[in-house]
Amino acid sequence: MKALLDWIEYRIPMMRVANMHAIQYPAPKNMNFWYIFGFLATIVLINQIVTGIWLTMSFEPSAERAFASVEYIMRDVEYGYILRYMHSTGASAFFIVVYLHMFRGMMYGSYQKPRELLWLFGMFIYLALMAEAFMGYVLPWGQMSYWGAQVIVSLFGAIPVVGPDLVVWIQGDYVISGATLNRFFALHVIALPLVIVILVFLHIVALHEVGSNNPDGVEVKRKKGSLKEEEKTSFEMHEYYTKKYDIIDDVVPFFPHIVLKDLVAFVVFLAFFSYVMFFNPEMGGYFLEHPNFEIANPLKTPEHIFPVWYFTPFYAILKAVPDKLLGVIAMFAAIIALFLLPWFDRGTIRSWRYRSGLHKVNLLVFAAVFVFLGYLGGTPQENWKIVASQIATVMYFGFFGLLWIYSKNEHEKENLKPVPERITK
Amino acid sequence: MSNVSVDANDSSVAESQPQDNTRRRFLTVATSVVGGAGVVGAAIPFIGSWNPSAKARAAGADVEVDISKVQPGQLIRVIWRSKPVWVVRRTPELLASLEQHENQLKDPNSEQEQQPTFAQNRYRSLKEEYLVLVGICTHLGCSPQHLKDGAFAQYAEGVSEGFFCPCHGSKFDMSGRVFESVPAPLNLVVPPYQYLDDATLLIGQEAEA
Amino acid sequence: MKKLVLFISLLVPSLVFAAGSNYPLDKANYDLTDKASLQSGAMLFNNYCLGCHNMQYQRYSRSFEDLGIPVELGAELLQFTGEKPTDHIKSAIPAESAATWFGAPPPDLTLVARVRGADWLYTYLRTFYVDENKTFGVNNKVFPDVGMPHVLQELQGTPREAKEERMVDGEMVMLNAGIKSDGDGELDAAQYDKAVLDLVNYLVYVGEPSRLKSEAIGRWVLMFLVVLFIFVYLLKKEYWRDVH
Repeated sequence: MKALLDWIEYRIPMMRVANMHAIQYPAPKNMNFWYIFGFLATIVLINQIVTGIWLTMSFEPSAERAFASVEYIMRDVEYGYILRYMHSTGASAFFIVVYLHMFRGMMYGSYQKPRELLWLFGMFIYLALMAEAFMGYVLPWGQMSYWGAQVIVSLFGAIPVVGPDLVVWIQGDYVISGATLNRFFALHVIALPLVIVILVFLHIVALHEVGSNNPDGVEVKRKKGSLKEEEKTSFEMHEYYTKKYDIIDDVVPFFPHIVLKDLVAFVVFLAFFSYVMFFNPEMGGYFLEHPNFEIANPLKTPEHIFPVWYFTPFYAILKAVPDKLLGVIAMFAAIIALFLLPWFDRGTIRSWRYRSGLHKVNLLVFAAVFVFLGYLGGTPQENWKIVASQIATVMYFGFFGLLWIYSKNEHEKENLKPVPERITK
Repeated sequence: MSNVSVDANDSSVAESQPQDNTRRRFLTVATSVVGGAGVVGAAIPFIGSWNPSAKARAAGADVEVDISKVQPGQLIRVIWRSKPVWVVRRTPELLASLEQHENQLKDPNSEQEQQPTFAQNRYRSLKEEYLVLVGICTHLGCSPQHLKDGAFAQYAEGVSEGFFCPCHGSKFDMSGRVFESVPAPLNLVVPPYQYLDDATLLIGQEAEA
Repeated sequence: MKKLVLFISLLVPSLVFAAGSNYPLDKANYDLTDKASLQSGAMLFNNYCLGCHNMQYQRYSRSFEDLGIPVELGAELLQFTGEKPTDHIKSAIPAESAATWFGAPPPDLTLVARVRGADWLYTYLRTFYVDENKTFGVNNKVFPDVGMPHVLQELQGTPREAKEERMVDGEMVMLNAGIKSDGDGELDAAQYDKAVLDLVNYLVYVGEPSRLKSEAIGRWVLMFLVVLFIFVYLLKKEYWRDVH
């Protein structure tokens, strides 16, 4: 066995990578509940890829057969319904864990220097994921697939001059049609998953280069020679890290310690996931929308068109602006603002534990506004909601504006809880 | 690069009391076993989904064939599990000729399992008169031609009727038995079948014993 | 943790179902384990609905199997179209002629319970009422101006909007008092409700024939996860014991 491992090791750096990125990777020991979502997102990604591969074995990407082939999977293929529900539940689960993962980053300042690029890769994953989910939702060719695609693709029509031609080009037809379905299928099963996997790889490489943040926002890698021997960790960490830094005694190796922690969370997550998948796959019409059980009909628009729940906050922003082009711009700006978060925040304190009360309120209000926008975008239009969504849109962008203003001199504020020297428990 | 095992870390932390290591090892093994069972369970739907679907099974269901209109010497084709199945009504002369060329055959007594046990005889059939065969060459899956009235003699001396595969020249007699020195290794397959009554064949299922 | 629960619960606000009218829906207490009810529902569907509506994604044999009907018996008593029990449940009338008769092709009903919901169907089939102004002489409470005749009328009898005189603020007013049958049908009101419930039960089953199987597997999966959790949790504790 050892001889085999040595033989392989001589040719590819298998154990070196395993040691560097898992067995001897220093992870802060105080990574709490909020730190499980990266691991869970990876698991869900794997789930989506594997079940996706299996679904393509029976799915027929054509306007004539797509809807029927989904029902073929649900009824005729042995265990087909399990594969399909794993995939459809996985789509929503992906966004749940990704949103929580992003919120974690915002709470503990994980986007701040030197993790800006890490955050950017994460945002690109999020963007690719939205495209992936959107195109995937078109494939079953139900009413919401069709009309959702209609609405989203029409957004590009708002672009001056080239808009209308662009829409036709994206559709490959004068309406959403079989041609659109086929190209979305190709992008959904090959192109975008490839992009996402590469981005996830880069995301992890970037993470391991700068190291994991933690709820205290305290750096665990210190300047070489700054620590006494008894302050250094007693775990053996990879020389890649120990050569450059002294690593304080607040870390554990990623494997097995963090992995085991993640596994506990994973089992709990699986329980929630299984409950939805086996007992409640429609999730009250949020994970699988009711009108989507009706085959696409280009002549009949459903009474209410909503995107799936994970897009509704941005959809609400789109609807809040009473001008087509400006609405589209506002929607994209809402996503771009998230991209630029590391530069909106000019503060030096990472974790909200040690930041001003204003920041804590600002962040919580932002989270609440985001959820509220989701509610507005996912329920039938009513008069009060127009004003409400306009206010919420302003508050959404207000978060970034406020942050930019107060973060510059935030650390000089008195009565802030001081950032500790070492990780607190 | 020196440490390739996980245990290297453990020993540096815990004051390795033998008791602790036992517990740790036990839990590691137990968790792996339970987790492994979970992985096996999770694989079931993925493996199961490769079985023929309800659609394939519906298409591959047993086929009833009305043989009351088949003339002596006639061959009819039916589709069973998307494969051609031949039903031939053999004449008494043809049946009598079957033993004459047995010295040219690879497996004249049908010792290879290419047929239900009821067809392990010279006629490879339930009733001598009716031959039922899957019309697919045992070499590489082409469908052989039915040559009769002496047309087959050019391929096998003294045999006037038989099946000839145009792909690679394999030859079979009117019991579907393969001739010597052709690429096909085995006799043609006899599908499971039964007579529901004198005029009706059911292909796909043997009669229960 | 509390924050998370709150966050998640906010993500899933209560369901607002989009129905065509605001007519209050009656609860359909269907029971997928009640085979007798499902069989009766299948009988009703094939006798009254299949004339015009398809159920084209479901095979007869699947219904027979799941409902505990022997295939030969099912094919004899319940199958009026198709050749083999494995055929899909399709109406005998072509979609084009149906479209000319009704103005639009009658929708496929395989998934109607997942589109509309059981309560909607249950209420819909019980709220036809006589309205001479309509093409088919009937209208519907939850689906106003529906382009479909009341096919279950021979069971229910002629349904009429019932009015009731009541004292409101000292004045006698005519109020709606639901729908009452003239009593010229084969079933009385309670029997009719039960028949509709059976039909709805069957439609819910056909919408997702794997539902019961799925839940049965799900229970095993959840039990397994409890066991796995115990082991993983203990193992994690064991490794973290020395970290302070």
